[in-house]
Amino acid sequence: MFDTLTLAALPAEDEALRPAIRALAAEAVAARGDAARARSWAGFDAAFSRRLGEAGFLGLTLPRRYGGGERGPFARFVVVEELLAVGTPVAAHWIADRQSAPLILRFGTEAQRDDYLPRICRGEIFFCIGMSEPGSGSDLASVRTRAERTESGWRVNGQKIWTSNAMHSDYMIALLRTSGTSEDRHGGLSQLIIDLKAPGVTVRPIADLAGDAHFAEVFFEDVDLPADALIGHEGEGWKQVTAELAFERSGPERIYSSVVLLDAWVRHLQAMGREDSATVALVGDFTARLGTLRAMSIACTARLALGESPVVEASLVKDLGTSFEQELPIAIGDDLAAHPDEPVDAELYRTLLYVTHVAPSFSLRGGTREILRGIIARGMGLR
Amino acid sequence: MMDHDALLSPFERMLETVAAPAAVRAVEAGGDTDAMWDAVAGSGFLDALVAEAAGGFGLPVAAVQPLWQALGRHAVPLPVGETMIARALLADAGAPLPDGPVALAVAAPGQTVVVPLGLVARHVLVEQDGRLALVAADGAEATGVACSLAARMRWDRLDGMLPAPAGGLRALAAVLRAALIAGAADRLVAMTAAYANERAQFGKPIGRQQALQQNLAVMAEEAVAARIASQLGCAGAWPPSLAAAATAKSVASRAATRVAATAHAVHGAIGISVEHDLHLFTRRLHEWRLADGSESWWNRQLGAQRLTSGAGSVDYVRAELAAPA
Repeated sequence: MFDTLTLAALPAEDEALRPAIRALAAEAVAARGDAARARSWAGFDAAFSRRLGEAGFLGLTLPRRYGGGERGPFARFVVVEELLAVGTPVAAHWIADRQSAPLILRFGTEAQRDDYLPRICRGEIFFCIGMSEPGSGSDLASVRTRAERTESGWRVNGQKIWTSNAMHSDYMIALLRTSGTSEDRHGGLSQLIIDLKAPGVTVRPIADLAGDAHFAEVFFEDVDLPADALIGHEGEGWKQVTAELAFERSGPERIYSSVVLLDAWVRHLQAMGREDSATVALVGDFTARLGTLRAMSIACTARLALGESPVVEASLVKDLGTSFEQELPIAIGDDLAAHPDEPVDAELYRTLLYVTHVAPSFSLRGGTREILRGIIARGMGLR
Repeated sequence: MMDHDALLSPFERMLETVAAPAAVRAVEAGGDTDAMWDAVAGSGFLDALVAEAAGGFGLPVAAVQPLWQALGRHAVPLPVGETMIARALLADAGAPLPDGPVALAVAAPGQTVVVPLGLVARHVLVEQDGRLALVAADGAEATGVACSLAARMRWDRLDGMLPAPAGGLRALAAVLRAALIAGAADRLVAMTAAYANERAQFGKPIGRQQALQQNLAVMAEEAVAARIASQLGCAGAWPPSLAAAATAKSVASRAATRVAATAHAVHGAIGISVEHDLHLFTRRLHEWRLADGSESWWNRQLGAQRLTSGAGSVDYVRAELAAPA
């Protein structure tokens, strides 16, 4: 089953990007401790994102005429892998580069493309995605924030919540109701690009359990937007949102969220000269699974490169990958505390507990575990 | 080189004809194996890995991996994959190639080991103290496990020995086992999904229950992971590197128990009955997991090697475990 997911190699011309992006990544994390690096795609550094843009590493898959690199998904895999492997702070450009730019390219007008894409590629503007609302989580079709037609465009009222990086973003691509009610489910939903500096927008960061504030609630009170705030077709928002899911669910970010901790632990074991068989077996287990998950993620990338939208396969990679990411801090914590007489460096301890505490989010963001398994079950012909 | 599908289709068709569940059961009941073996041998696939210069196909192991998976998918009760490996090793050493099925074993002098399919092998290729010997499969003793074709065997010090492959015979056998597991796991996912759509309880197919859907989704994930790990095991050099063999066998063995458990959980009591075909595949998953090093054995090998490297984890798996470009 799911036979199209099969071993694929990264093409040599994409591998060739590695040295340059690796050098930039190393420079970005040189002054950051492991606990900061473990934040990776929650770590915000606008200057670093701009440096990536200048070096041509943003919008890699976009056409050159919009400032992109005109490369394929494999090139993006290599670059993202290098950025995540050492925990660079990629949050600033993350959503714009991964989702917003491809969405604007696919569904936007020529004017919208000309307006946004070159600035995204230069790392000058940052995006967030407005999906969840207080009453809409996994059941996204129930969103109630509305955009109503006015003479000059749209007026938005309502609220989004759990929006990652809203307080640092210039624009939100929001899923809004433009007609009907939540009873109409997927019908009547549209996507609008909201300028977060527009009057009537209030962004309030939400503190999280790790001492950060990476997400926010966003209020819209009679926010007037121009007519060209609509991206794609009115009433097609649901279709547009689901079309991009395979891009967001199968990448290295679904495998590497705990990899900074894994490396810190391995260095600790090496420093302690640990050779006990339970620990060595655990290292081997993680290595085997990491190698396999990476191959699965590349296999999914290969389908994307063929122009397919492997939503079921991506769900499969994300569920396995995030389970792995979540198991790491639990097992590493057990291993360290199973050696209570061994000194544990303060930075390793902080990194362990940071990852332990945020790990539940790995299987929430981008589609919960239960939703993904439902998608896989449907792909198996169940229901 | 031939296209992989062009190889797989005739092989799979041949197995469908000669290794249907009834034929598998007949062999497990002690029946004659000649007809099945002759069909497999007649196909020419036994020399898939033998160099062209020695009269074989000279295929890379990556091209043979789908054939091994097909053997698992059909629960073939003869050591076909083992014979492919043995014939290639013997041909490489310039030794004569024996007729009939060959099993594989790693055993110190005087040590009794369990040899998968030992009861239906004519020869065993034994690795002893880092050397190989081809011996007649005499003295094969049944394990006492119902329906199993594994045998308990032991050898005193063997002579007439060839050099063992780099990394040892166990690594080659482990890569084969991983592919067999991936094939049987794939078959079980298909069987179990089909059964969940047929079997009705509480007025609807049980496959519509979310609780079952979640478990079946995880089962499919494990089966795909086993397949990709098996492909990684076969992607690079032959004999495989320690990392490739360890990854293939560790991930596949871990998947084996999980896939078998969910297959049985969904089938309910009927899956435990001898009449139902489920056990043809679940019994093998457990047997293959135990053969040639379990997940923990391979995890220890891989972990020890990993700990000698100063590389980060991503760089390590990138260097050791990747499809060649």
